Amino acid sequence: MRIYVPLDSAAKALGAQEVVAAVKAEALRRGLEVTVVRNGSRGMVWLEPLLEVDSAAGRMAFGPVGPGDVAGLFDAGFGAHDKALGLTDDLPWMKAQTRLTFARCGVIDPLSLEDYQAHGGLTGLRRALGMTPDAIVAEVTDSGLRGRGGAGFPTGIKWKTVAGATADRKYIVCNADEGDSGTFADRMIMEGDPFTLIEGMVIAGLGVGADKGFIYSRSEYPDANAVLADAIRLARAFGLLGASVLGLGPAFDIELRIGAGAYVCGEETALLNSLEGKRGVVRAKPPLPALEGFMGRPTVVNNVISLATVPVIFERGASFYRDFGLGRSRGTIPLQIAGNVRRGGLFETAFGMPLGTIIDDLAGGTATGRPVKAVQVGGPLGAYFPRALFDTPFGYEDYAQKGGLIGHAGIVVFDDSADMLAQARFAMEFCAIESCGKCTPCRIGAVRGVETVDRIARGDAAAIPLLTDLCETMKAGSLCALGGFTPYPVMSALTHFPDDFHTSAKEAAE
Amino acid sequence: MMPGSTDSAEQIGDILRAHDGLEGPLLPVLHAVQAAFGYIPGDALPLIAQHLNISRAEVHGVISFYHDFREEPAGRHVLKLCRAEACQAMGADRVAAHARDALGIGWHQTTPDGAVTLEPVFCLGLCACAPAALVDGRVVGRVDEARVDALIAEVRL
Repeated sequence: MRIYVPLDSAAKALGAQEVVAAVKAEALRRGLEVTVVRNGSRGMVWLEPLLEVDSAAGRMAFGPVGPGDVAGLFDAGFGAHDKALGLTDDLPWMKAQTRLTFARCGVIDPLSLEDYQAHGGLTGLRRALGMTPDAIVAEVTDSGLRGRGGAGFPTGIKWKTVAGATADRKYIVCNADEGDSGTFADRMIMEGDPFTLIEGMVIAGLGVGADKGFIYSRSEYPDANAVLADAIRLARAFGLLGASVLGLGPAFDIELRIGAGAYVCGEETALLNSLEGKRGVVRAKPPLPALEGFMGRPTVVNNVISLATVPVIFERGASFYRDFGLGRSRGTIPLQIAGNVRRGGLFETAFGMPLGTIIDDLAGGTATGRPVKAVQVGGPLGAYFPRALFDTPFGYEDYAQKGGLIGHAGIVVFDDSADMLAQARFAMEFCAIESCGKCTPCRIGAVRGVETVDRIARGDAAAIPLLTDLCETMKAGSLCALGGFTPYPVMSALTHFPDDFHTSAKEAAE
Repeated sequence: MMPGSTDSAEQIGDILRAHDGLEGPLLPVLHAVQAAFGYIPGDALPLIAQHLNISRAEVHGVISFYHDFREEPAGRHVLKLCRAEACQAMGADRVAAHARDALGIGWHQTTPDGAVTLEPVFCLGLCACAPAALVDGRVVGRVDEARVDALIAEVRL
């Protein structure tokens, strides 16, 4: 019998290790031959730990399973049980998705290259190995893939710039510094299907002529880093990485590097400085990292999800991928639904789904059962949207038009107990804590921002235009997105939830 | 590291040599030193600076820039509580206030018995099972006041 219990951090945080121990103990007690596979998460975090069992019809799901449920599940022969959910693939959350990047996540053993290949892995790379570098870059450009880290820059254009640069050495840097609250897609793919990231990086190396890759991950992700380190070791042993890719191509190797708790290192130029062993201070652009990146050499810096999506583009073809989506947002996006929600997790779908559908239908409203007040999309630098904007379709331009951004597609829901003035204050406080210190609007502006929000909280309505003015300065004068985008959460809170700012002013006056 | 200890100097030398050949080795070196000693001892700085041919000021600048690197040892256990938005939406501020009261310390402080250091963290990627915590590298989800008490009791055993 094969039993699947995820090794995903979210599953572990909810007791997966204890469930595995209980399964093994119970199997031993009953003298049953049981293989426990530690898969990635299917993304239904409210059902974690989600235990699955192979059956003739497919994988049967049970969840959320606690260690106390395990004996009963064995008694029931993994059939009728309170925690039985039916076939995993038939669950509404799974059926409604278009899983391209996450097709294997939760299905396979993340550290089995055999499993990986049985589910389409390395097909894309084998195709790329038969293509010219120009054709590889053109394929990515044609797919319409844009940077999934948030900036939305066309991936193919970036690759083309690096491919066209002349240098003794070029690099592929994977930005795995997923610091935005509400986002966990990078973590899930690194834990649940790390070879797809490795394969994507190898293809990028072939396309631009780089033989060295770095994955810059986070110290906050100890489990993901352990899986990645194992995956890189296995990929080397297999010949996927090394002196000749699969024995057919040029050399390519990957080194895993871990950050040290600085949010700003998710910004690509700060990341490059950090990788070089320096303070994670933002660099002015130009020069572009594509021309003068790591160690001053041409460097592709791509987000985990961008790179992990490359294999499926090569496996299925650029036009297959491009046919999903809306407008200039092509393909699929892994939505990460988080915060105060009944059903939280990862849901991969074509661009275009309205925010209201995500919140009301997928998430099923709040965990507390209270009305939704605000939704922050795109991490700590993303805007707070009220219900009035719930018709916004999920796309780069669509959110920009509404004064927001999709960022890394993290969606954090707040109920009506949220105090939006406090959220605005936090945005400024966070910017002050995490500012790299290079430019004044961010370094000083964020500190003044906290003070100004505090004045408003004390009832000083005259501080409101000051805050607005400060936000304009930060937006226009900051070097990077940390100072430049902190105004998004602050101004959206002020614009869409004015009562939270004026009530305190009024109360103080009375 | 005991001041002037030759054993420690040798250990740091080993760490430095193990990282020879890396491009941009300072962060991996600092992580390794902290893993070995629990913090970055002050007398490691000149050794690192000399080996990497950079100034002590540069090494100090890097250590002080990153939240992770410590110049003093932490408590025997480190409790990190997420303070970011998804966790806030599920009551992280309330839970953190409870943890500070229960331990009688503020952020970045260690209990007088040296048992627990309390650190804020901004996102553990456990945003769909918030509030989240990391206890000595072990992830914990849906942390409420009772869970904090249980975690503290557990590490204090």
